[in-house]
Amino acid sequence: MAKTIVVIGGGVAGMTAASRLADLGEKVILLEREDQTGGHLRQWDRLFPNRRPGYEVLDFLMENLEHKVDVRCNQGISSVSQQPSGFSLELEAGESLPCDALLLATGFDLFDAHKKEEYGYGIYDNVITSADLEMMFRSGQKITTRQGDAPSRVGFVHCVGSRDEKVGNLYCSKVCCVTGVKQAIEIKEQFPGAEVFGFYTDLRMYDRHFEEMYYEAQQKWDINFLRGRVSECAENQDHTIVLKIEDTLTSRPLKMTVDLMVLLVGFVPSPETLRLAAMLGIVVGEDRFLEPVDEHTRSNFTIQPGVFLAGASKGPFSISNAIADAGEAALQIHEYLRTL
Amino acid sequence: MISFNLFVLPFSLGLIYLLYMIIRWWSIWIRGLPAEDQKKFRTGIFSRNFFSALKEVFLESLIHRKMFRRNALLGYMHMSFAFGWFLLILCGNIESRIYSTTHVNPPYYPIFLKFFIHDRTVLWFEINTVPGFFRFLMDFLLLFVLSGLVLAMVKRGRPKWFGMKRTTHHQLTDKVALICLWLIFPVRLIAESFTDGYYGAGGGFLTQHLGNLMVLIFHESSRHIAYALWWAYSLLLGIFFVTLPFSRFWHIPSEVLLIFFRQFGITAKKSTTSFTEVEIGACSRCGVCIDVCQLGYAAHIHDIQAVYFLRSVRDEQVNRDILLRCLVCGRCQEACPVGINADSIRLIERNMFSGSHASDFTYLPADPPQKAPVLYFAGCMTHLTPAIIRAMKGILKQAGVDYLFLDEKGTVCCGRPIMLSGKYEQAEKLVHFNRELILQSGAHTLVTSCPICFRVFREEYKLPIRVMHHSQFLLELIKAGKIPLQAFHRKVAYHDPCDLGRGGQEYDAPRELLAKVAELVEVPQDGEDSLCCGGSLGIYTISSRKRDLITHDALRNLTASQPEVLATACPLCKKTFSKHAEIEVLDIAEMVYDAMPE
Repeated sequence: MAKTIVVIGGGVAGMTAASRLADLGEKVILLEREDQTGGHLRQWDRLFPNRRPGYEVLDFLMENLEHKVDVRCNQGISSVSQQPSGFSLELEAGESLPCDALLLATGFDLFDAHKKEEYGYGIYDNVITSADLEMMFRSGQKITTRQGDAPSRVGFVHCVGSRDEKVGNLYCSKVCCVTGVKQAIEIKEQFPGAEVFGFYTDLRMYDRHFEEMYYEAQQKWDINFLRGRVSECAENQDHTIVLKIEDTLTSRPLKMTVDLMVLLVGFVPSPETLRLAAMLGIVVGEDRFLEPVDEHTRSNFTIQPGVFLAGASKGPFSISNAIADAGEAALQIHEYLRTL
Repeated sequence: MISFNLFVLPFSLGLIYLLYMIIRWWSIWIRGLPAEDQKKFRTGIFSRNFFSALKEVFLESLIHRKMFRRNALLGYMHMSFAFGWFLLILCGNIESRIYSTTHVNPPYYPIFLKFFIHDRTVLWFEINTVPGFFRFLMDFLLLFVLSGLVLAMVKRGRPKWFGMKRTTHHQLTDKVALICLWLIFPVRLIAESFTDGYYGAGGGFLTQHLGNLMVLIFHESSRHIAYALWWAYSLLLGIFFVTLPFSRFWHIPSEVLLIFFRQFGITAKKSTTSFTEVEIGACSRCGVCIDVCQLGYAAHIHDIQAVYFLRSVRDEQVNRDILLRCLVCGRCQEACPVGINADSIRLIERNMFSGSHASDFTYLPADPPQKAPVLYFAGCMTHLTPAIIRAMKGILKQAGVDYLFLDEKGTVCCGRPIMLSGKYEQAEKLVHFNRELILQSGAHTLVTSCPICFRVFREEYKLPIRVMHHSQFLLELIKAGKIPLQAFHRKVAYHDPCDLGRGGQEYDAPRELLAKVAELVEVPQDGEDSLCCGGSLGIYTISSRKRDLITHDALRNLTASQPEVLATACPLCKKTFSKHAEIEVLDIAEMVYDAMPE
């Protein structure tokens, strides 16, 4: 008798794992809370490091799902419980869904920039997040300040909600550094005359082609990177932003005015992930991301047999990492089902 | 003829030693006061305050009034020991006059009276005679003290009945002294009983009956047992007296002097004076401060509470952890039955502990301010919560206040954060700088949004103008009809910031203000008993996780009545709570601003 796998979450990891499992001949149901799959990828205009359009990857993932996977959107889960043989999901629509294995690909939320009140998000007109900027890029229109002017000075604030004990997140969100470099270049593409600054803690150009892009940003695009954390900012009468920062390489306190300030917001675990984890008895780490059995050798397994993890519910992931991780999860689940 | 026996020696020598120590230290302390305080002391002795002090000594050191307020059983326990023993000594002395042949008795005579005197002319029930009355009274008082002893033993096993969750971990000298104190009264009871039983008379309702019973069992040997017990009684008293100056019970003479000092208007200074030393000695290590400490019950740090800190200061064993791990929230001194200012003692110690500070403050800006009748000083914390600044600007504009935003372009710190780390000299430079700016502006009122600044402006700046927290100033504007407000009915819980409430003694203005724009809900622990948010600037040596535990615990208390909004009056509390709160966290200025019509 065919076994059923339910994949919770239709983002990059969930879509990849679902299509891989279908390729392996398994019966897969993909549950997505929103009205379409794609997750955070849908909000991205172009991807690092090569600035290719995000829809290319999205289309690839969508096509892989077609005709193979039972995709069910607008499906919130009210509860999940362990049964003598497998699991039972109670959907918000009232349906009950039995299955033999579960993959949590519930992903992440973006850090709520309001929590970093000193940066004035939601208070000052011209403070936006990297996600807001990405949406502006996607809209295809020129970037402007809230007052409709072309920005001549733009500042990117790194590590907003990451590596910051004051907001309770000690971890690095991995992808914001490179996102900041990518977006800074994209601003320069639109406004070659603009001055663009990146205020960073460390620039973690950890993956292939990242460092090259960082070089390009400095050498080709003349983007200034200043090592230091923005401490506070205020709004001028003309709605420009004055920010205070210490240039820690020269040990000098600086004050600077920018027309647009972009906050590179990091990853936080989504409340939905934590709710499901609590119902399934899955270990949550000190950073509130889900904990696999062994982070090196069994990174898709949880302490509950039959419950697997993939993607950013385990911590910050880039798209390429999430795709690799989800593929591995699919193989592990496939093997697990053979043992039942 | 003077009655004497060798066994009185341990008691007598112990007593002489104790009296010597008390006189020695009292005189060292009094002579060690700064000149102005010495003058206060000299005038105080011959003023009416002397009698107020005596009254307070009676109420606090003997009756333990504050302990009673805390918990009746705890109060009774302390009273039965202190007041009971005091009455035993007093009445014993009067009783001994009946039998004494000399004008002055040696001090041991009333203590061991029953050993020397066996009055067979009066029996235990003849309480209408003077000796019979005293025998009844002395037995009754002994029973009174013993009842306290029973409670003290019960308290070890059931501290909850006494309103306490945790009790103090005592050191060796404290344990020796405590065991002696506990044994003194039962041994006295049995010694007296054996003697009274052996002689067939001389006891009261309790000692005589108990003694008769003993004689039935022990017969002739009762006399020797009695003698051994009188030795034991004297030895216990002697050991107690000798260990007392090195144990927690040193609080008894220290507290008496402290009460006199306070009544004479003597206060703590920025560095150690005799007053501080007396305060340190006056800690009885009762442990009331342990339960109220959030670092203990919320963050599981159990070795730094005021009782342990003060002990380490007295023993010259202060270490980094005990000194620096403290929220300086003031909850322990609010709860302290002796009223010891543990926070200011801690800051004095931090001052001695802190190293030099490299900065010469040359970065301070030098522009003189414009003239304005009202100054608004947001403070550096408020610059991290710009929504509060936006609200204040909006309100002040609407109310037509002619004001100068003193630190709009940049903040020179008020000085309190480095004061909290004990760096008074460096803080003094900031205080001086800001004070000059404030005075140059010619303002009559200084308004700040930050209770930390508010407290230091009031306590340290000695400004000749009004210093107000924005809750007070906004309330004044509303009362003057300068801020129109819309009806606004959100359920709001108010959090008292440490430096505004316990530190600034302002509990009412924020509540009155909030009541005009929202519906206040009940918070179990509020006012003087309110909790620290966990964001305290007084502590840098605990992990964020520990801070988070404190914040979560405080939030549980604040959200007990399911409010929709958590309101506070401090930018630091706002920031700290925003990190974890599931409901909106707003400053009262924001609530007022939101309630203003468009």
